[in-house]
Amino acid sequence: MCVKRRKVDDMIKTVASVGLPVDETLAIKKRRITPKEKTKGMKRISIVTGIHGDELEGQYVCFEVARRIEEAFENLKGIVDIYPAMNPLGIDSITRGIPAFDLDMNRLFPGNIEGNMTEYLAAEIVKDVSGSDLVIDIHASNIYLTEIPQIRINELDEEKLVPLAKEANVDFVWVHGASTVLESTFAYSLNSTGTPCLVVEMGVGMRITKEYGEQLTDGIFHLMEVLGIWAGKTKKPRVPIVSKNPADVSYLNAAVGGLFVPKVNHWEELKQGDVIGSIIDPLSGKVLDEVKSPVDGILFTIREYPIVDEGSLMGRLLRKEAYKQ
Amino acid sequence: MKKKVIYELKGLYRDNLRVTGYEFGKGKKSVCIVGTMRGNEVQQLYCCSQLVKKFKQLEEEGRIASGHKILIIPSCNPYSLNIQKRFWPIDNTDINRMFPGYDLGETTQRIADGVFKELMEYDYGIQFTSFYMPGEFMPHIRMMEEGYSKIETALKFEMPYVVVRKVRPYDTATLNYNWQVWDTEAFSFYTTTTTTIDRKSAGQAVLSVMKFLSALGIVKYQSGSTAKESRVIADTEMVSVRTAKSGIFEPLVKVGEAVEEGTPLANIVHPYEGTIMETLYAPTDSRVFFMHTDPLTYANTAVFKLVVEDE
Repeated sequence: MCVKRRKVDDMIKTVASVGLPVDETLAIKKRRITPKEKTKGMKRISIVTGIHGDELEGQYVCFEVARRIEEAFENLKGIVDIYPAMNPLGIDSITRGIPAFDLDMNRLFPGNIEGNMTEYLAAEIVKDVSGSDLVIDIHASNIYLTEIPQIRINELDEEKLVPLAKEANVDFVWVHGASTVLESTFAYSLNSTGTPCLVVEMGVGMRITKEYGEQLTDGIFHLMEVLGIWAGKTKKPRVPIVSKNPADVSYLNAAVGGLFVPKVNHWEELKQGDVIGSIIDPLSGKVLDEVKSPVDGILFTIREYPIVDEGSLMGRLLRKEAYKQ
Repeated sequence: MKKKVIYELKGLYRDNLRVTGYEFGKGKKSVCIVGTMRGNEVQQLYCCSQLVKKFKQLEEEGRIASGHKILIIPSCNPYSLNIQKRFWPIDNTDINRMFPGYDLGETTQRIADGVFKELMEYDYGIQFTSFYMPGEFMPHIRMMEEGYSKIETALKFEMPYVVVRKVRPYDTATLNYNWQVWDTEAFSFYTTTTTTIDRKSAGQAVLSVMKFLSALGIVKYQSGSTAKESRVIADTEMVSVRTAKSGIFEPLVKVGEAVEEGTPLANIVHPYEGTIMETLYAPTDSRVFFMHTDPLTYANTAVFKLVVEDE
């Protein structure tokens, strides 16, 4: 059955393309939706996802944003650019990085127009997205960890981005320290050149968590309302916990390799000493370690992939002091 | 020779990961040599194995100067070598992007930390490493600009080239960078290949390390060859030859070959029809320093890097 779409003003454009060696062209595409009545100086929001090919949560958000616009197109007052697949080869081959190059695309920005294929693509993407009034770069953790919907902000951009992040209907805003290595990320490239970019982390790799996708879509519509891009009624965003102090976050790393079996739920409040799970050895039948909460806090990251090496991250807790103030 | 386990990680179903080091001589921490960090760096492993063999001989013959300790770690990552995977088996992270490491952090951060505690505080650090792109190099020493390492020290390797390059953001998490932060003069050693063994350039590497240590008075070694001067070049001075088309890469020259302006360097062949879609030519009189080696290539790829010879 074909669902009839409402007529909207949109176009699908190729942002960058390169010919691959054997009978294939790699094209990075975007969909631009514009209001019926174009006004001078109308605002633009860009929804970007798929830089990591194994992170799919943003796919549903791209679809849902477009669907809701089509449902009430008359409310659109600005430009919405949707970039669902920054790394199409990665998405198609369940590969986090860029296949063949084994490179993390989010360490290639701002790229180089004169550079090799990967650098060229990165540079064209930055050129196309730059100038947006807001960019939402949607990530989905990785295949090992599930994240509560959150926005991560480099401390250098705290003042500019935290007020916007508070309107995004996420549960948590994590302001983290600046790191030289992160200077080659997409978000850093944009934020450092005057295009505000919020990095969303939510859910888990290789999966769609519909409930998170809808939560973030509500947030995107609210942000669009704040920016004057959407005239329709939007949901009041939830008030996120904002953490700016590195000591707020407690990391749970495996003391030993084995199979991690959790005993608690994601986003559950725990007391110091509560059992979070066990690391077991299926061969010997032994419990190798009982993982206990080191602090009073809430579990905002939980391990999804059960096999752990010594040191593997099993979870992150936000200390109680950070959200009970 | 003292063989010791530098770092060990317990495996669930696999044997434990052991990072094994070979110590020669006694005294202050003079020179540390590190091989494979990634699972495809077979040539780097081979070079270190040849150095272990050589140092064993030197030690037995009393040719290591007293007061100097030399440590060689042929591989920091046997787990990846054994499954022929470039990065860490479970999470695909690169140990050489985790330095100086963190003992309470994630697995590869812990490995980096465990290894770095042993590697630090040496006067000199040599890492046999690989380029992110598949290809062959003229053997050379590579070092970072404005670091702790000195060019005059690099010249003691007597390699034909010392390449100096700018520090990029990702460098800050590499072994080479962190060695320098902790006052070790660090040098990356590139031989010709990575995934295959090239005995000639491995032999050249052994000889070069001997010359280096001999010049520093750490070993007694007479190479029998006359002292050679290295040419110091910035990586930005090299001439890149890029593809305009994607297709089958058919090289027409070899790495190290001198080429005149206009020499055909490679053809890009249509993958179905066999026709030549593009021929790449040397834009100037030069020597082939780097050449792409995969049979397929993408457009916009720097498949050659040429060094313009001094007048």
